[in-house]
Amino acid sequence: MKMKTLAAMALAGSMTAGTAMADLVIPDLSYRTGPYAAGGVPFSDGYQDYFALLNARDGGIGGEAVRVIECETAYNTERGVECYEATKGEGALIYQPLSTGITYQLIPRTTADNIPLHTMGYGRTSAANGEVFNWVFNYPANYWDAASVAVNYLLDENGGSLDGKTIALVYHNSAYGKEPIRTLEELSAMHGFTLTQLAVDHPGQEQKSQWLQIRRERPDYVLMWGWGVMNQVAVQEAANIGFPMENFIGNWWAGAEHDVTPAGMAANGYKSLNMNPVIDYPVLAEIQSLVHDAGNAAGDGSHLGSVLYVRGMYAAMLAAEAIAKAQEIHGVADVTPAMVRDGMEALEITAARMTELGMEGIGPEFAVTCQNHGGTGQGLVQQWNASAGVWEPLTGFISPDTSVIAPLVAEDSAAFAAESGITPGCL
Amino acid sequence: MLYREAGDFKTSYQADSQTFPIAFDRWRYWAVLVIAFCVVPFFVNAYWANAILVPFLIYAIAAIGLNILTGYCGQVSLGTGGFMAVGAYACYKLMTSFPDVSIVIHIILAGGITAAVGAAFGLPSLRIKGFYLAVATLAAQFFLVWMFNKVSWFYNYSASGQITAPERFVAGVAVTGPHTAPWAQYMICLVFLTVCALIARNLTRGTIGRSWMAIRDMDIAAEIIGVNPLKAKLTAFAVSSFFIGISGALFFAVYLGAVEVGEAFGIQKSFLVLFMIIIGGLGSLFGSFAGAAFLVLLPVALKVIGVDLLGWPTDLVAHLQLVIVGALIMFFLIKEPHGLAQLWRLAKEKLRLWPFPY
Amino acid sequence: MSADFLYGIEVVINGLMAGVLYALVALGFVLIFKASGIFNFAQGVMALFAALTLVGIMEGQVPFAHLINAVFGTNIHHFGWQVPAILAIFMTVLVMIAFAWAVQHFVFRHLVGQEPIILFMATIGLAYFLEGVGDLMWGSSIRTLALGLPQGGSIWVEEMTSGLGGDDFYGFFIDKLDMVATLVALVLVAGLVAFAQYTKQGRAMRAVADDHQAALSVGISLSYIWVLVWSLAGIVALVAGIMWGAKSGVQFSLSLIALKALPVLMLGGFTSIPGAIVGGMIIGVGEKLFEYTIGAPYLGGATENWFAYMLALVFLVFRPQGLFGERIIERV
Repeated sequence: MKMKTLAAMALAGSMTAGTAMADLVIPDLSYRTGPYAAGGVPFSDGYQDYFALLNARDGGIGGEAVRVIECETAYNTERGVECYEATKGEGALIYQPLSTGITYQLIPRTTADNIPLHTMGYGRTSAANGEVFNWVFNYPANYWDAASVAVNYLLDENGGSLDGKTIALVYHNSAYGKEPIRTLEELSAMHGFTLTQLAVDHPGQEQKSQWLQIRRERPDYVLMWGWGVMNQVAVQEAANIGFPMENFIGNWWAGAEHDVTPAGMAANGYKSLNMNPVIDYPVLAEIQSLVHDAGNAAGDGSHLGSVLYVRGMYAAMLAAEAIAKAQEIHGVADVTPAMVRDGMEALEITAARMTELGMEGIGPEFAVTCQNHGGTGQGLVQQWNASAGVWEPLTGFISPDTSVIAPLVAEDSAAFAAESGITPGCL
Repeated sequence: MLYREAGDFKTSYQADSQTFPIAFDRWRYWAVLVIAFCVVPFFVNAYWANAILVPFLIYAIAAIGLNILTGYCGQVSLGTGGFMAVGAYACYKLMTSFPDVSIVIHIILAGGITAAVGAAFGLPSLRIKGFYLAVATLAAQFFLVWMFNKVSWFYNYSASGQITAPERFVAGVAVTGPHTAPWAQYMICLVFLTVCALIARNLTRGTIGRSWMAIRDMDIAAEIIGVNPLKAKLTAFAVSSFFIGISGALFFAVYLGAVEVGEAFGIQKSFLVLFMIIIGGLGSLFGSFAGAAFLVLLPVALKVIGVDLLGWPTDLVAHLQLVIVGALIMFFLIKEPHGLAQLWRLAKEKLRLWPFPY
Repeated sequence: MSADFLYGIEVVINGLMAGVLYALVALGFVLIFKASGIFNFAQGVMALFAALTLVGIMEGQVPFAHLINAVFGTNIHHFGWQVPAILAIFMTVLVMIAFAWAVQHFVFRHLVGQEPIILFMATIGLAYFLEGVGDLMWGSSIRTLALGLPQGGSIWVEEMTSGLGGDDFYGFFIDKLDMVATLVALVLVAGLVAFAQYTKQGRAMRAVADDHQAALSVGISLSYIWVLVWSLAGIVALVAGIMWGAKSGVQFSLSLIALKALPVLMLGGFTSIPGAIVGGMIIGVGEKLFEYTIGAPYLGGATENWFAYMLALVFLVFRPQGLFGERIIERV
């Protein structure tokens, strides 16, 4: 009884303290603790630092200050729901949970509450169909795109044919890890390669069986859908069995600095996909001088310019551009979530605009439409240079095979629409 | 002065064995029920429902279930997460296979299916005891989670293995799906909790409850005085799993709406529910409620205080939260090893004698 | 010999070594359970904490830097020195001993004579506490353990054995780190057994394990012995943390290795040090062989986690006290 009243008082206090300001409210559902903290911290730092930069340099977006509310989820769906409920009342404009599990929770909720949800390179792939998922956006790319981009890269490496090759997929045995299987199966039938699936159970510290199997079967390539401790162990084990690292390709959640550094020099040559090449963007210097040197860095400031930091910053840039677009469409500075959704649906990212923002080449050019919430799906391949300690972009942006993915997206989103009684259509 | 009986003047067995022998307790019990059923639903908003009340109600059901097994029958189980998953997936399969049948029936059936699974996994308890049994129940936990992840029939062959609850109605009001009103979520959980608590209360003070407690206190001695350990242990597993299955079904269908088995029903859940009953008090229904309330409210309260009131960085608060929860658990155990329920009992004893303790 | 058979042998060898790694974690459980009847859930977190402390000391990191910075608005991270590995290990051992003392003094001293489940619960509280303290002290990013332990498959073994089979057999794969771990584990067990058998403290420890009351009555200080076993468990945790951390980097997930040790404990018995090693090997071989022969080809893989528990469960049905556990005698 006592606990309840205490919490109630505390809550009431926080509610009154929070609602006074009228800003652009961006919740950041981050995870700085728990098994996936190493991935969550840099992303969140980048996400927040970019908004801090906008506040410091431009006074926010369209003259309206941005207020970021950070809420710790620890990658846990229940905490994610609590965070969502706690922040939506503050006028949250856009959600970016960085967790496939939480995304599935939020898809029905944000749709019912009319708040846009941006899941960048994760979440539900078929949300690319904007006619079914009006409030969910997963541009610039999704998991199925990633699978196709990886295969297209390998096709390119092998002179256009993968006939008779074997590709092993090492995946996290969860919703996230199972995402690419369908696409890869289609592609294997199409290109004539053999696909071997190797599941790794959470958390993935013990992968000896999987890698001994790889050593026995000697696949030509290994693809990996990993996250958390699984990545570090897989890179180490691949090096242990002497698998050629240049034939080992992770997806974009298995290609950050902390995934390869524990293995040291042995990780040299490991490749991964990425949607945001890590190069010396001018905007990073601005963040350094206007945000970090001013003492406003989110976190300890040590992640500036790392793969996931840049991705978080990229996500923040896409959100800011969408808000600016919404302000332009509706002619008001203090936009609502519904207006931001319109902005996201009309979003167009051009090379000129990215250069103007000091982020030349951070992502592909794309335009969002009502039918396509998924962007172009392009990704690139990067390679780890262990002696220099940097991820070097190997290729330019590679396009996925939309002829394979589009039917899969249509099929899955139609199933969802039928299951939840949605009539597809634009808002 | 209010809080006492005027002496021991019971004239019937009914009066002697009633749940609340003190009149004030009875009034308070009815008052809590009236407030819970008639007042709270009109004030509950989405935050309170989703972040505090609904998880509390659902965990309370799970805690009652586990308390029957662990607190009353003395069999420590770490399979709670797996059994909740059985309830959730059974409910999902029933909901999607028989969309015309009421969700209430689905949830009860899901409980029944879980009871069968629980009884099957309870079989080793006839041979294995103590911590060995606790670890053995982890086999159920890991196997069930793996199975729901692997066999795509359970999630209707969807690409990612997530299950999503379709919209269902009770008496014309949506209780699952995104358009559920907070009060509806709250009410359906409350009704289930009330019924479960009543069943549990009456089971534990009847023949079957007494045979459980005999097994708990000393199973060999119980066997000698004529309690059938097979029957007692398996019924404890079955009844406990029935409640846990219902909580799992509600957890999936009403609370989260979409779950992934490894994340939602992993080993963490098993531990969480076990913490609840130990903190609350083993072998006490009130303890199940108190423990669930404590572990649902404490993190939220600490977060609100740390982040919203003090304005500290979220990661610092999250780390401090672990420290504080850990320290509080140890502190409580040192001060009162038998849980919050024992504190409550002691307080009541004192009140009963107050103001003339001698 | 056919390649399948040889690979089966390879799986068995690797299973044995993986089992030793599990046993390293299980050892810590056994030490504490034997001496005090506490099922120490915090053993995994202790491994994490020990490894974090080791890396933190080696890198000259300021403890609680983040908290200090947040409270005082400073910006400190490192002392700016590097500590050599040997010295850092020594200092970590001291930290673990201090931790053992604190645990005994502040927690378990007050819980003497409580039921096992209460003690178990207290260790869960301890696990939470320690996890939070570890994060606060050293931060939550992934750290590389630069002890220079050998890594990678042994080429020598591979070349020596590649002639055994046909063209489709590439020789046995044995990880050098696993060999080191096996060696370390054997030394550790031999050391612990010798300690228990031949030293005064060791004898006292065994006396306490036998009977608290009797040990007290012959003048053995229980609290001293408990600090001793917690310290030993802390050192074992450090070794486990180093071996597992060398593979994956030192990070939160290190605390989850406790889950791999539980079936080992069940199988080997909660009270037997050799049981932990033998149990570990049985579990390691069992789960790897099952994955190799049935799990991966027919069940879609990732069966190791539950199979280890199932295997232990089946064993227990026949021997409820575990392979080497003390016989359970029940009297009415």
